Amino acid sequence: MVAATERMQRIVIEPVTRVEGHGKVTILLDERKQVRQARLHVVEFRGFERFIQGRPFWEVPVLVQRLCGICPVSHHLAAAKAMDRIVGGENLTPTAEKMRRLMHYGQFFQSHALHFFHLCSPDLLFGFDADVAIRNVIGVAAKFPNLAVQGVMMRKYGQEIIKATAGKKIHGTGAIPGGINKNLSIAERDGFLKDIEQMVQWSREAVKIAKDYTVTNLKKVAPFGSFDSNHLSLIRQDGAMDLYHGNLRAIDPLGKKIFDQVDYQKYTDYIAEEVRSWSYMKFPFIKSLGPEKGWYRVGPLARVNTADFIDTPEAEAARKEFMAVTDNKPNNLTMAYHWSRMIELLHSIEKIEALLHDKDLQGTDLVTKGQRRDEAVGLIEAPRGTLFHHYRVNDKDQVVMANLIVSTTNNNEPMNRAVEKVAKDHLSGVTITEGLLNHIEVAIRAYDPCLSCATHALGQMPLTVELVDHEGKLLDTKSKG
Amino acid sequence: MSKKDATILLIGYGNPGRLDDGLGPALAGVVESLVLPAVTVDADYQLTVEDAQAVAAHDIVVFADADSTGEAPFSFRPIEPQAGINFSTHSIEPRQVLGLAHALFGGRTRGFILGIRGYDFDDFGESLSPRARVNLAAAIRFVEQFLREGDFERDDWDTDHSSGEVLATSMR
Repeated sequence: MVAATERMQRIVIEPVTRVEGHGKVTILLDERKQVRQARLHVVEFRGFERFIQGRPFWEVPVLVQRLCGICPVSHHLAAAKAMDRIVGGENLTPTAEKMRRLMHYGQFFQSHALHFFHLCSPDLLFGFDADVAIRNVIGVAAKFPNLAVQGVMMRKYGQEIIKATAGKKIHGTGAIPGGINKNLSIAERDGFLKDIEQMVQWSREAVKIAKDYTVTNLKKVAPFGSFDSNHLSLIRQDGAMDLYHGNLRAIDPLGKKIFDQVDYQKYTDYIAEEVRSWSYMKFPFIKSLGPEKGWYRVGPLARVNTADFIDTPEAEAARKEFMAVTDNKPNNLTMAYHWSRMIELLHSIEKIEALLHDKDLQGTDLVTKGQRRDEAVGLIEAPRGTLFHHYRVNDKDQVVMANLIVSTTNNNEPMNRAVEKVAKDHLSGVTITEGLLNHIEVAIRAYDPCLSCATHALGQMPLTVELVDHEGKLLDTKSKG
Repeated sequence: MSKKDATILLIGYGNPGRLDDGLGPALAGVVESLVLPAVTVDADYQLTVEDAQAVAAHDIVVFADADSTGEAPFSFRPIEPQAGINFSTHSIEPRQVLGLAHALFGGRTRGFILGIRGYDFDDFGESLSPRARVNLAAAIRFVEQFLREGDFERDDWDTDHSSGEVLATSMR
């Protein structure tokens, strides 16, 4: 409940649909019934450190997949990268690194395809204000049947790559400390090559849909939930986008480097996390700028903004078109996440195709090791953004400390700002209209957040909207779903 | 349609690292070990859109999940395809998978949901609670019999939890 001294009214929306997990939006009004602040509450996973404490470090890449059923591969690989360093095996064999990259690009491909075709395309194809009865994937299937099927088939293609590189869906064991536990067979390779051209073509078309939508509707999407921000991502030493490995780069809203080529083992020297009383989720920020000015975006938009170039030709051409819209300065439009996400989709399938033609994937030198360490950081660009895994182990090989900063946590402040911007622009009176609800969902969905690593049992709540006055009195409740 | 003609897909889903949320995969693991004829078993953290294609390729699908609020030891009921107005996350609900199977892949699959009552979901851990284990054992006995002998054409499946309990009791 809002403290009486704040003398504000509170509008609560929970959970947010068509984003991952459960979230709750609280819009705080002042005495003039104007939006003072919006808060996105997130039920973040808790207890992971206790769960993992005392477990042998080599189990961690498997255990961390339990954190989230949506992006287990990202946790798997981030933990494996940390454990590589624990065993002194961070200089992977070519086969191990390329198998991991194939797994990783498969994860990007399926995740981005699913988000675009099945979560975001209804908004783009029918408009934010369209009737929810048609603004959904079945509506897409009815009007654009090929697109809906493409989404499923692209998702399946990526999942099959994950299965071939990581193993079973629930017990993925592909990446192990210092390497990988299998290579890619010729039969598996040929199976993927059979469909690769189709996947590339569909990815090209997806980029075009996202680009055309953004450019055609620029006047509408430019102000929608948008604001200037810093951007953070991994970057390769030559400045190329690299989703699997590199150093940290942060830029300001105009593209000036805040820091560059920072070894992520030293991330605590550059990144800190602020705790706010009303949220389980912390608020990361760049130390040198402080919490007020140091927050940043991560994810597809940030990665395209921070990269000097993309090392696959079609994605690079798409990146240039994207950057031209903002005269080669960083793009700070929230809705541009969709376009940048599709550029990464195209990049991922180009990378997959190149890897499938690389004979190193059939190599047999899978694992390496070296000087043992007792502390390590593993960093990776997950589909939703930069993912930090930090561990310490004792001399009995047991984990004694784990600290994770997940992608959605990195985007915590930007998502709050996006919701606040939309609420200020679209709230009228003290009633939550269907239109406002839709707009808030669209803004949050642009970030593709994973709002909870919670369970997904039957019996979860439908969408509930509550209107509460400044004294905590419930004024209105709405549910849908 | 009788068992001898039908191809069946059983999908157990949930997170085995979140205590009783792992009931679905646990059931799938046991059923897979039974190697039942014409029964394909899958397990995952959650249902996803590509499951629709596999569902469409079968006559019958059984979705097995932990149930945080339903009747103990479990409920079992048929489901209808959903048009998808509540298509909500990277994971989707059984009725929506069935809806996609019908709408996108021309499937005519009949769907059933097996909800196994669980109790502990709010922490990390790879074990089931004692009461959930009891419920799982009952669900396994039921589903094995259903998959071996099920009369899929019966039209008196009730859709509330209590009837699932009666059915479960009657088939033990």
